Amino acid sequence: MELNDIIRPENRVYKRPSLLNEAHMHYCPGCSHGVVHKLVAEVIEEMGLQEVAIGVSPVGCAVFAYNYIDIDWLEAAHGRAPAMATATKRLMPDKLVFTYQGDGDLSAIGTAETIHAANRGENITIIFINNAIYGMTGGQMAPTTLLGQKTATCPYGRRADLNGYPLAISNLLAQLDGTCYVTRQTVYSPAAVRKTKAALKKAFQNSMDGKGCSVVEVVSTCNTGWKLTPVKANEWLQENMFAKYPLGDLKNE
Amino acid sequence: MNDKVTLMKGNEALAVAAIRYGADGYFGYPITPQSEVLEKLEEEMPWETTGMVVLQAESEVAAINMVYAGASCGKTVLTSTSSPGFSLMQEGMSYMAASEVPALVINVMRGGPGLGTIHPSQADYFQAVKGGGHGDYRLITLAPASVQEMVDFVALGWDLAFKYRAVSMILADGVIGQMMEKVVLPEQRPRHTEEWIRENCPWAVNGRKGMRPKNIITSLELDDDKMEENNHRFQATYREIEKNEQRCELINTDDCDYLIVAFGSMARISQKAMELAAEEGIKVGIARPITLWPFPVDAIRKAAEGVKGILSVELSAGQLIEDIKLATECKYPVDIFHRLGGNVPAPDEILNALKEKLIKKLG
Repeated sequence: MELNDIIRPENRVYKRPSLLNEAHMHYCPGCSHGVVHKLVAEVIEEMGLQEVAIGVSPVGCAVFAYNYIDIDWLEAAHGRAPAMATATKRLMPDKLVFTYQGDGDLSAIGTAETIHAANRGENITIIFINNAIYGMTGGQMAPTTLLGQKTATCPYGRRADLNGYPLAISNLLAQLDGTCYVTRQTVYSPAAVRKTKAALKKAFQNSMDGKGCSVVEVVSTCNTGWKLTPVKANEWLQENMFAKYPLGDLKNE
Repeated sequence: MNDKVTLMKGNEALAVAAIRYGADGYFGYPITPQSEVLEKLEEEMPWETTGMVVLQAESEVAAINMVYAGASCGKTVLTSTSSPGFSLMQEGMSYMAASEVPALVINVMRGGPGLGTIHPSQADYFQAVKGGGHGDYRLITLAPASVQEMVDFVALGWDLAFKYRAVSMILADGVIGQMMEKVVLPEQRPRHTEEWIRENCPWAVNGRKGMRPKNIITSLELDDDKMEENNHRFQATYREIEKNEQRCELINTDDCDYLIVAFGSMARISQKAMELAAEEGIKVGIARPITLWPFPVDAIRKAAEGVKGILSVELSAGQLIEDIKLATECKYPVDIFHRLGGNVPAPDEILNALKEKLIKKLG
């Protein structure tokens, strides 16, 4: 078979989603953000929502998400994405409105906005990247940092007596009457990527159907912050993160 | 309805004026002395009539960011608060200024600092007219002195906000928010259609209909040269506003020996002081800034020509007086009379201050 036969459209099994542009991503090699960005772009395209999709990017590593996915975007102040998404969806109920937030943005400075948007049952999707560390500011402790995990601001490891406990905020969100779907996924393996894609699709459909607030947590790697190679980071993720942040649906109504 | 005069509280008038203007959304948080704005909106249920969204947010921080989002979508949105809440909103104000989105923010001021008092004040003057949040920015600041102006400035505020892609604010003191006066309400205007927004706000984030190029509303620009360029653009807009939008009411200033400069409720009480002075043969004029930013420099200069002295009458400890001195380039004696902490002066207190601080000294 010639190369030109192989690359004919009917033989193609995979391509870059058309909404994911060719801008050079600033993410570190091995980071989960790139994979989740691709899934977001792919799902919006497959659902035919590209003309109505509005994303709200956070403060954190994903602050520039708007540079990579070709839909309309708002860039929120640190933690305020759910408040912005609330107003956007209420003012334009026919749009797909989602936030894309990290653990510092969502579960530290933005806890109030997250809980209240979820509790009001806003018809939005919250995509929550939990890598247990502040990536953009250089590897400081997050609310989700594991006990014993070393970061720039708990250099000897997180201690409960000094720093409190890791916050599994999705479990909390699942208890609220306003959420219809809360799931915890990951993207360290092809199978996991496929499950996360299905979760995003379900969440976006919920948002369009007005079923309430959907939350897709993605337990992610930050190999730079964790000071590991990409491969080692994937191993560390499986060995350490899932005990505190077990995968699966926390709520599916 | 147009000619019908109704009796209404200042805060309620704001709410009704917002509905009548064709507002798309209000996002706010209760705080005395302006809670009637949200209460009135909830009572009116505009979502059943015009389709306006009304939402009680979880905090002023959330409320201002909801307004930021709505404004970024090209929607006609507002919030209202009082002083402590206004402090919480400063971050959002800065972001909105940096993103060049049009919005209306109302501060019905109470006495501070801190939790302070729930009674009237004008002590957020600097916070409103000098920026308030981080970075170099300005807010178009309108100071109503009557319930009718509470109504009128809702429309003026939004008109200016959309004209300049800037944030307008109504800086009312607690007196204007709480007092009842007769008022004529405007006719109900239709809300902007999506087509209107797409045509008039091509920058708005409202989805890539027809796969138009994507719109991004952000305040972030890490390239210093581009961020400097952005700042120059903001400043050029502010200079344009300063040139075009100064507003001031002048009362008896053509032939006065003393000039009172005051805004909001203080301008109203000063008018009575002016009348008392006239009974004693003292010729007093009043310059009432309607726009606090842009400060009506030209009108104040004109009003000040030939006066023996100027009295700044304010519910703050020397804020308005600074802009009076700057506007008049310190060419005339300027002194201040103020009450603080939620207290409001009687007209004779103002007249006595005029005598003590200016007439006795200057003759």
